[in-house]
Amino acid sequence: MSSTTTDTSSNAMPDDGVVRAADGTPLKKRLARALRREKLRSLMLIAPLLIFIVLTFIAPIADMLFRSVENNIVEDTIPLTVEALADWDPASDELPGEPVFAALHADLLIAVEERIHTRLGSRLNYESSGMSGLFRKTGRRVKRMDEGDYTAQFIEADEDWGDLETWRVIKRFSPPYTPGYFLNAVDAEQTSEGLQLKPENERIYLTLFNRTIVMSLAITVSCLLLGFPIAYLLAHLPLRTSNMLMILVLLPFWTSLLVRTSAWKVLLQQQGVINDFLVWIGLIDDTNRLVMINNQTGTIIAMTHILLPFMILPLFSVMKTIAPYYVRAAKSLGANDWTAFWRVYFPQTIPGIGAGAILVFILSIGYYITPELVGGTSGIFISNRIAYHISSSLNWGLAAALGTILLGLVLLLFYVYDKIVGIDNVKLG
Amino acid sequence: MKLKMLLLASVASVGFTGPVVSQDLEPCENCADEMTLVSWGGAYQASQVKAYSEPYAEMTGVTFVWDESSNEAVAKLRAMNEAGNVTWDLVDVVASDAIRLCDEGLARPMDVDAELADAPDGTPASDDFGDLLVSECFIPQIVYSTTAAYRADVEEWGGKEPEDICAMFDMETFPGKRSLEKRPINNMEWALLCDGVAKEDVYDVLETDEGVAQALAKLDTIKDQVVWWSAAAEPPQLLADGEVVLASSYNGRFFSAIEEQGQPFKMLWDAQVFDLDGWIIPEGLPEDRLNRVLHFVKFATDTQRLADQAKYISYGPARLSSAPLVGKHAELGIDMAPHMPTDPENAKNTFLYNYEWWADNRDDLDAKFQAWLAQ
Repeated sequence: MSSTTTDTSSNAMPDDGVVRAADGTPLKKRLARALRREKLRSLMLIAPLLIFIVLTFIAPIADMLFRSVENNIVEDTIPLTVEALADWDPASDELPGEPVFAALHADLLIAVEERIHTRLGSRLNYESSGMSGLFRKTGRRVKRMDEGDYTAQFIEADEDWGDLETWRVIKRFSPPYTPGYFLNAVDAEQTSEGLQLKPENERIYLTLFNRTIVMSLAITVSCLLLGFPIAYLLAHLPLRTSNMLMILVLLPFWTSLLVRTSAWKVLLQQQGVINDFLVWIGLIDDTNRLVMINNQTGTIIAMTHILLPFMILPLFSVMKTIAPYYVRAAKSLGANDWTAFWRVYFPQTIPGIGAGAILVFILSIGYYITPELVGGTSGIFISNRIAYHISSSLNWGLAAALGTILLGLVLLLFYVYDKIVGIDNVKLG
Repeated sequence: MKLKMLLLASVASVGFTGPVVSQDLEPCENCADEMTLVSWGGAYQASQVKAYSEPYAEMTGVTFVWDESSNEAVAKLRAMNEAGNVTWDLVDVVASDAIRLCDEGLARPMDVDAELADAPDGTPASDDFGDLLVSECFIPQIVYSTTAAYRADVEEWGGKEPEDICAMFDMETFPGKRSLEKRPINNMEWALLCDGVAKEDVYDVLETDEGVAQALAKLDTIKDQVVWWSAAAEPPQLLADGEVVLASSYNGRFFSAIEEQGQPFKMLWDAQVFDLDGWIIPEGLPEDRLNRVLHFVKFATDTQRLADQAKYISYGPARLSSAPLVGKHAELGIDMAPHMPTDPENAKNTFLYNYEWWADNRDDLDAKFQAWLAQ
């Protein structure tokens, strides 16, 4: 900067009490600009990672979750029919008029040509079984239909076209967004009589949500009960021994999940190692072998074992930082062993307990493979149903709705936890 | 019934090995040099490699990439299709999945007579496959069956052995745990059959709420004795461990447990449910890849190649004309005919799986079945 400019600017500087930089801009502005530049620079530094995460993680998840309400398929496949149906009152006892059937014919001609009518059929089949067959069957007939009196021709092709319920379903799922998947995900459905719970023999998801949470809590508690003494031991033994023990904790952690789960099968089954041993020492007799697998017990045992390191490691690193003189001081002030532990030592481990519990709970609530393998029927989680709808039934909307609810539940529990324990109280070491 | 007649006819003459006719391959114009095939892995995929892809690679020099993803093929294909990047050329799926993929517009419809080889005697492919062409997108390869097997050494049974599928529900004569698949298909049908419903009425009954209740009530009688499986490899393992005494699985799984591993099981062929496995070509392949796939499929599903596959695995070839060419197991040297689900001795009482009915009602029944399981 030349001295001339400095002179000019200092000459031009108005005397209004604002602190200014050498070039006359207010210092506040300069500072803000500098800060913005600083922020931009750090943003640039993390940009590759940020873009990567947004593109490969957040966007796909958001897209997937969006499917839980998205329902463009009906309008896209049979647009004329949807338009013609607008005037039809689903509560009436009369079938839609001839124009609707004519529109359906026109729509289906194009849809069959593009081979998308069956896709619509499988979509509507989620709401009312038989729809998939109806569209497949009608698709084969639609080209051979003559002009005029489509109503009769459609009903002749499949009598379900003469059923009011068919049209009510199409009408109900015409809008581009639907609450249908979410209703399904909480065992409810929208019928002609309004919102209601599904018949008792079809309710399944509420039970599964409930079970997933209760069992995840049970697994978290048993991890804590088993993990706490081990972490304590690890933190207080001489370094050489504790390193040895640490390897014993980490070794299973590094072993394949499937191997560990299968190992539990061998151990727990009725003709397995544990039952054989119990029979051999005479604790139980041969005809009353314990059922420890393919039920909730199996899932809890196997998952506790698999998730145990996630509890031990944060506990251990927190316990390592607790200075031994607190307990010594408590004892010298007259506390017995239990009081010194419970009133002085234990409260200091709570950040570790919090971290371990959150880790274990959140991991187990979304667990899939272990419940599938050892859970039988009473030990499976909601994630197993999500997997079923993703890979087998192809009902991605329902899977997305179930996933969204699960995500919401986790966030809710996280919030509650923050309110009760405080998220600042979580320490990983 | 037509399907059954066809299947029975197709094995009537199994047993002698016909002459191996080597064909000259037509040249393939504008074809890709690499193919990605999707199958089930394990012994089944190995039989396809030996019977189809190795000979083809020898003649044409095409490189094969195998992906063992048939289990989740439906979901993956849908995802690929949405992403607009289908990396698979040919996918092995069961018939019900083929119907679903076809419904979803994810599989390419076949012009069977133009795109598949005629039988050696000139019978068009559509007649040679006959009723097994259950979907316009589906190219059948094999007939397999879901059937039952039991341990032959259960002391509590006092020398009695199960003779029909209803032994599955007879806890008094045949006590012990059972293993059934964790889905409604097959189990519901068996339950109704054993509850006095006539074979031809099963699906009519199952279509009503009372019918579903009846089937579940029958299953209720054994519910606490059933270990439910989701992978077909589990039941032979459970039988071998003595965890269960009676189990359902695919006949090929039991064949390898009994013949290759010498396990003390016996097959209970009664009321076996035939099912099909075959290829589909994904929709939307670029031209050169499509040409290559069509060229390969024509070769790999001809009469001789389908018969060759049966040398390595106990599943019946889907072509009528392949049956006389089926011979001995390539490694064990035993006659394959008595181990085929379609052998007349095994197929005395079979049940036909109704694909269309299940395609329409699967979601509904599955919800009911899972709710029943969870109770």
